[in-house]
Amino acid sequence: MTLVDNARRGRRSIFARRPFFTLALVVAVGYVLAAIFAPFVAPYDPVAQDFNAMMQPPSGAHPMGTDSYGQDILSRVIFGARYALIIGFFAVAIGAIGGLIVGLAAGLSGGWAEWALLRLIDSILALPSLILAVAFIAILGQGVDKVVIAVGLSMIGPFARTVRADVLQVRVQLFVEAAGLMAIPRAVIIWRHILPNVIYPLAVQVTIRISEAILVSSSLSFLGIGVTPPTPDWGLMIAEGRAFVSFAAWMSAMPGFALALLLIALSIVGDGIREEFDPKLRGKS
Amino acid sequence: MPTPPRPVFELKDVEKVFQVRKPGQRFGRKTVGLRALDGVRLSVEQGASLALVGESGSGKSTLLRVLLGLDAPTDGQARYRGRPIRAVRDEGADFARDVAMVYQDARGSLNPRMTVGALIAEPLRRFAVVPAPEIGARVATLLTRVGLPADAAGRYPAALSGGQVRRVAIARALASDPSVLVADEAVSGLDVSTQAQLLTLLRRLQQDMGLTLVFITHDLGVASFLCEQIAIMYLGRIVETGPTDAVLTSPAHPYTAALRDAAPKFFEPIAEPLPGEIPSPLDLPSGCRFSGRCPRVQPDCHARDPHLARSRTRSVTRSVACLHPLAPVDGAGPVAPANPGPAPEQTRPD
Ligand SMILES: Nc1ncnc2c1ncn2[C@@H]1O[C@H](COP(=O)(O)OP(=O)(O)OP(=O)(O)O)[C@@H](O)[C@H]1O
Ligand code: SF4
Ligand SMILES: [Mg+2]
Repeated sequence: MTLVDNARRGRRSIFARRPFFTLALVVAVGYVLAAIFAPFVAPYDPVAQDFNAMMQPPSGAHPMGTDSYGQDILSRVIFGARYALIIGFFAVAIGAIGGLIVGLAAGLSGGWAEWALLRLIDSILALPSLILAVAFIAILGQGVDKVVIAVGLSMIGPFARTVRADVLQVRVQLFVEAAGLMAIPRAVIIWRHILPNVIYPLAVQVTIRISEAILVSSSLSFLGIGVTPPTPDWGLMIAEGRAFVSFAAWMSAMPGFALALLLIALSIVGDGIREEFDPKLRGKS
Repeated sequence: MPTPPRPVFELKDVEKVFQVRKPGQRFGRKTVGLRALDGVRLSVEQGASLALVGESGSGKSTLLRVLLGLDAPTDGQARYRGRPIRAVRDEGADFARDVAMVYQDARGSLNPRMTVGALIAEPLRRFAVVPAPEIGARVATLLTRVGLPADAAGRYPAALSGGQVRRVAIARALASDPSVLVADEAVSGLDVSTQAQLLTLLRRLQQDMGLTLVFITHDLGVASFLCEQIAIMYLGRIVETGPTDAVLTSPAHPYTAALRDAAPKFFEPIAEPLPGEIPSPLDLPSGCRFSGRCPRVQPDCHARDPHLARSRTRSVTRSVACLHPLAPVDGAGPVAPANPGPAPEQTRPD
């Protein structure tokens, strides 16, 4: 079966065909490993203050320098990856699950229920997720768990919108009608025929939106309303280094660089996965 | 007292009108009615095999959708074993088990996220055709029946060729042991040996199990091989019906004759059927809908719209919708007396 062979060959060589994707994947996996094994790879305790080594430029002892409390920036950046990834992952999980439920409901119900859900989604979408997250933080208060919830809630709208679009497209497909012809109950049709065809594109969305969640959570910390000091959070670190940027630029630059690199790597990985597994895009290439 | 057997399907003056946007008006909200079916009369007996033939856009698929209860007729009656199709369908799973469908777009009718095995097992499970432990074996049997290797069960439709997907769709339709199989271009586009294999399978099922077949095809060869009856459709109306061999050897309707002449070789779809454009169903000619292209057109054809009625010059089993039908060819001559019963009210002033 030539088609099968082609598909298999294509999957096997994805790393060879997409060098940037491979590189980005290596970087992203590096972040994940650093986050998991942070206590072992970080040279110092991320919150240990050393007043004899304040604001030191990068050196052998402190490869990324120290901050105004004498905390080792490299160690803080490594532990910061933990917070970034945990917040990104759980926030997106909340957004994706909430979006799936709301989007399915909006796509499958008709009449006033659909109308109401759509207005809700639209009104949420009208605001950028950062503004919305700020609003939720104002209600919930500060802390890592609050940031996860706030960012997650702010992402339900965009997820719901794409899920609904997919549902509208899938539910008119012939195989759904064919299942109806076989007198398959509607709940089973939704579960077996509609949901799987919506879940896959959603999974691709998830990989792309993790970076958005991380950016929003870092922005919250930067604004001083996200996680609280002395948590080693990148956004917080960038904000703390801001006052010293003219003579100790590494304080902001190092976490900033760590954040930017992770975001770039995640979006390249997400794009690669989307192009590889989205049949619509694959058909065009 | 035994009731006479009811036909499996019976259509009485069925009309199906789709509301479509007026041509040329891209943004307007005004719609016009598109008559996809216009007074269709049809009766399919138990165990019969009927071929539906006609050019693209003549309403064949729409007719199937009405037979399956997917579309409600705008007007007229559509009955399944004597009862309205939509009502029978809403009642339960019996109709769904009894009547199976093979879609024109076979690939679109199969969930791309399910394996071939899961797709075929779905109706087996739904209708409890076999006990659960035997489902795998039955799937393998069905795959073999349509000429697919048993290991195809583990593949996804995307990994199969068009012909193989067609076979999967047929296997899936046969899974519920239906007594009626409705198929829309089930073998077109396949190579000749594949076609022959599937047609032989279907004919065997038809003869051995008494399967009732309604089979849309572009191919007169397929029609004559598989189906005892044929119905020729033109612009939403059946213009001629009868036994396939008799209709094809001695057509009564000029359109049938033109179709036959345009398809000199059997087992090849009609390439370029007839001279002249098929009119838009939005803008039918007055009188006979074939008058614009008919080589035998006479002045009264523009004034009167012939309806399908029993042929006066042929056997009782043949019907035609034409004011000036062709004379019977020698050898296939009239079985019926020259002027049998039915009054000439087969036409109505328009
Ligand atoms: N859902 C619909 N809405 C509007 N118009 C429709 C719809 N379905 C069919 N039509 C129109 O009805 C007419 C008959 O269509 P149908 O699909 O039944 O033709 P067909 O004989 O099956 O053609 P083909 O051989 O191309 O499959 C066409 O003019 C088509 O454009
Ligand atoms: S009624 Fe007239 S125009 Fe129509 S098919 Fe017969 S001869 Fe041709
Ligand atoms: Mg069709």
